[in-house]
Amino acid sequence: MTNLPDSGRTSRVTIRLIVIQILVFSLLLTLAGRLWYLQIRNGDEYTAEAADNHIQQVVAPATRGSILDARGVPLADNETRLVVSASRTDLMKMKDRGRTVLARLAGVLNMKPEDVAAKVRLCDAKTPKPCWAGSPYQPIPITDEATTQQALQIRERAEDFPGITAEPTAVRRYAGPGGSNTAQVLGYLSPVTDEEITKAKAGRSPLLRSDQVGRSGLERQYDSQLRGKAGVTRYEVDNLGRVIGKAKSDKAVPGANLVTSIDARVQAIAERELDQAMKDARKEVDKNTGTNYKADAGAVVVMEAKTGRVVAMASNPTYDPNAWVGGISAKDYQNLTGKDSGFPLLNRAIQGQAAPGSIFKVISATAAVKAGYAFDDNYNCSASYSIGNQVFKNFESKGYGPINLGRALEVSCDTVFYDLAYRQWQKDGGNNPKHPADWFYKTAHEFGLGKETGIDLPNEVTGRVPDREWKKNYWEANKDSWCKQGKTDTSYAGQIAKENCESGMRMRAGDSVNYSIGQGDTLVTPLQMATIYAAISNGGTLWNPTVGKAVISPDGRTVHEIEPRSHGRLPFDKRTRDQIDGALAGVATQGTAAWRFEGWPQKEIPMHAKTGTAEVYGKQTTSWFATYTGDYAVVMTISQGGTGSGASGPAVRNIYNALYGVDEKGKIDAKKALLPHPETGLPKIEKDGTIEARPIEPPPPSPSARKEEQDS
Amino acid sequence: MTTTDGYRARRYSPERSAWGRLTARDSVLRRLDWVMVWAALALSGIGTLLVYSATRNRTELNQGDPYYFLLRNILNTGIGLGLAIGAVWVGHRALRGAVPILYAISVLLTVAVLTPLGATINGARSWIQLGGGFSLQPSEFTKITIALGMAMLLSAKVDAGERLHPDHRTVVEALGLAALPILIILLMPDLGSVMVLVVIVLAVLLASGASNRWIAGLIGTGVLGCILIWQLGVLDEYQINRFAAFANPALDPSGVGYNTNQARIAIGSGGLLGAGLFHGSQTTGQFVPEQQTDFIFTVAGEELGFVGAGAIIFLVGVVIWRACRIARETTELYGTIVAAGIIAWFAFQSFENIGMTLGIMPVTGLPLPFVSYGGSSMFAAWIAIGLLQSIKVQRPVSA
Repeated sequence: MTNLPDSGRTSRVTIRLIVIQILVFSLLLTLAGRLWYLQIRNGDEYTAEAADNHIQQVVAPATRGSILDARGVPLADNETRLVVSASRTDLMKMKDRGRTVLARLAGVLNMKPEDVAAKVRLCDAKTPKPCWAGSPYQPIPITDEATTQQALQIRERAEDFPGITAEPTAVRRYAGPGGSNTAQVLGYLSPVTDEEITKAKAGRSPLLRSDQVGRSGLERQYDSQLRGKAGVTRYEVDNLGRVIGKAKSDKAVPGANLVTSIDARVQAIAERELDQAMKDARKEVDKNTGTNYKADAGAVVVMEAKTGRVVAMASNPTYDPNAWVGGISAKDYQNLTGKDSGFPLLNRAIQGQAAPGSIFKVISATAAVKAGYAFDDNYNCSASYSIGNQVFKNFESKGYGPINLGRALEVSCDTVFYDLAYRQWQKDGGNNPKHPADWFYKTAHEFGLGKETGIDLPNEVTGRVPDREWKKNYWEANKDSWCKQGKTDTSYAGQIAKENCESGMRMRAGDSVNYSIGQGDTLVTPLQMATIYAAISNGGTLWNPTVGKAVISPDGRTVHEIEPRSHGRLPFDKRTRDQIDGALAGVATQGTAAWRFEGWPQKEIPMHAKTGTAEVYGKQTTSWFATYTGDYAVVMTISQGGTGSGASGPAVRNIYNALYGVDEKGKIDAKKALLPHPETGLPKIEKDGTIEARPIEPPPPSPSARKEEQDS
Repeated sequence: MTTTDGYRARRYSPERSAWGRLTARDSVLRRLDWVMVWAALALSGIGTLLVYSATRNRTELNQGDPYYFLLRNILNTGIGLGLAIGAVWVGHRALRGAVPILYAISVLLTVAVLTPLGATINGARSWIQLGGGFSLQPSEFTKITIALGMAMLLSAKVDAGERLHPDHRTVVEALGLAALPILIILLMPDLGSVMVLVVIVLAVLLASGASNRWIAGLIGTGVLGCILIWQLGVLDEYQINRFAAFANPALDPSGVGYNTNQARIAIGSGGLLGAGLFHGSQTTGQFVPEQQTDFIFTVAGEELGFVGAGAIIFLVGVVIWRACRIARETTELYGTIVAAGIIAWFAFQSFENIGMTLGIMPVTGLPLPFVSYGGSSMFAAWIAIGLLQSIKVQRPVSA
């Protein structure tokens, strides 16, 4: 061992060893630095990515609660349909990515293979619809209309259909019990949008991709209660999507049931009568235009007078809400929203607004009393009324000479109200108003006009009280176009424009006079008028109308009742209210509606009514009919339908007949009465979710229609 | 030569018991570099846990037995330790004489891989199946034989005191010796091993004191070769993409890019302390391929966090630090060169292996010494430890 040179190494080797050492340790330092960068600096980011990686959610949608009528008859519930779904995860594991299986499935379902394939592809920016927008881990529905035969084929030959399931699944159904439709009140569902998901994320009831959301009507108003909470099972999955464990899971909570105050039987009658009344109106010739009435739209509201609960609410034209179930087709959508559709999605009871005509006179009468004109004083009911060179006709009535306000209501004398309004206008300063009292406008506001009634249905419109403030704003917005038109146009419209341009900012005498009989720029909804007439019936309380009566948990245990709330009182004392009440009874017995209530058992069921026929510039008159008893208020309107009692009268009478079991001769048969008193109880929902409700039959055709058959 | 009967010149050789020999002040056991041994043992221990974590629910690999890889890894470590002890026992100097035989065997084995005896795993034909689930990867042993063989050639004249530095002819011979197995391995193609071997050759040349021109020339040739391969379009675009995917996973999203991405997520999600052993979701969910072998570091990153993964880097550093000390302190050039080769091997292979999981090096099939599952790699690494110990123990006491 000593034959080695003393100098085991040269300095060259020593230096190079040091170089190697430095290089080696700088490599290790690099690793440590990079490790710090990934784990400490950017650790959170990767932690989130890892969570995304291995947690997959499978959503079990909650059963949506039913919407029931007051007696428990389901207006909207779920039916079990055989839904054939494909698991994308399973299909993608196959060699041909499931192509063979889907083609085989298409054969069984009598569908085109390419249609089936299109349904299971995932939506992205480049993929046109149809495509699947939900989670790829969610079973993708191919059809919800499989027959039992098809489902059996799929289930019995499971080995031929790996990844395909045929399961009975709950699908929304609008059953239309007893021939009722209730489409606009119920509303409809459609799949949730991305924006809604983002928006709802922070809220109390977050939405899932698979959710359907109420788009209008009760489905929308009570969406969060009806929807329930979808069950989410979070699976830990491995790199192939195989489940390796279950993470935190939330059980599905079925949605609550909504009990409404709608009575499906009355609803069916109301719809039938509205439809019949419009059909009949179209046969009548309008003397003003010489053509048949168009009767293009109508609405009727049946309301409990003492609570404001809605027993029936119909809007015409209407549609079948089942068109929305399972996704609406482009053609159906066009039929519901196109120009020539008549816009059946509109609920005209809350979204249709028109001048009220003479049914407004209860407001004018109250205003007159408030302004100091005694109800029982006599006022001249002349055949016409002149202010300067302007002549205002007594539209619905003739000259009756001096009469009190009650009689003026009975015979719907316009000139009495013209005079009162004109005198008040003069008192308020005429064309140079100084601190005007504006009783007629103030009273209209106090009757709840010009704002929502607060019904539990979305998108209610406000109507309009054309007071000084509105006039001023309206003029500001329109004066430029009016003045322009007024300069060149010499037609009638041009003259009006010119007049508006010059004086539209002022409350003119003619405006006030027209306003007093519900003409001109005033707009009301049928529901507002029903609320007002119900309030006259109940002594003056303006109820917020309600359709929902109670929200009941699926097992029937917790009941959350929806209590009626008031939004004010009518601004009259008891005496005035009784006087108006008496006058309206007179309308039904000896006034403008008497011919429609011939033989009505007035003693047993005191009937009150007011007719209205509103002029609409460029259109046929709007028919209004507002009525009430001690229990109900019924208001019907038909756009371009003719006079109040003429077009709407028989229909309203038929509704009352059905409610109280009154036959055409006026005899009351308690057994035939559908709802002589409002339903106060709630339907019972059993623990297992079943609801006892006797099936109901559709009503026979309207008596008016039957009469017609006999005539021909 | 004759000797007088009855008289035998007793060499200085005090009688000692076996135990005494082992515990004496100057015993082999006492002179071993225990720091290096413990660090390597710790790496193997951590590796065993990580291998178990990565494989206990990979049913398609472990044949339904969660302990399959755990037990095999313990066995491999045991065999590795035995080989290391054997290497110390025999000694690197004694091995010097056996180098030609070892070299020949190792070349023959690498050639055998290319024959039908070889098995292809992950696109590289670098294994010989031995049956019973064991396989041999000759390129692992080539790392040792190249270091030993080159050291033998390069140090012969210097250690004999004939020259201060190896002459050109010797360098050419040594390079030729290395080139043969490297070319065979390049044919497999096992690029990772080739990279390590080239680095070993460089380090060996550096440590041998060969002329600077050789070093510069070698590096220059390497760079030129890379440029030529790039420019001449020898590689298909997908091969280039696969190479570059470590930096931009989008280049090969379903292949290397996927590995890189998942590995980075696994390590990144570990944070400071990790998800805890056996609790990593990326590991349990088997999102990272080859996790018990090439991507073992991701298990450490995810489950043991910065602390645990950093400890692995630290322990590798300790082994290399001790190896550097040995290389510096030995006076014989042969030992120095062998130690330098091993240092370069451990350091570069660890850097490449960990670096690819961290996304700073291209993805190649290289195990992490001591930590990854794999018999050949484990054996080779422990033999290297044995050689280093032998160099330390047999260090001539300078006069």
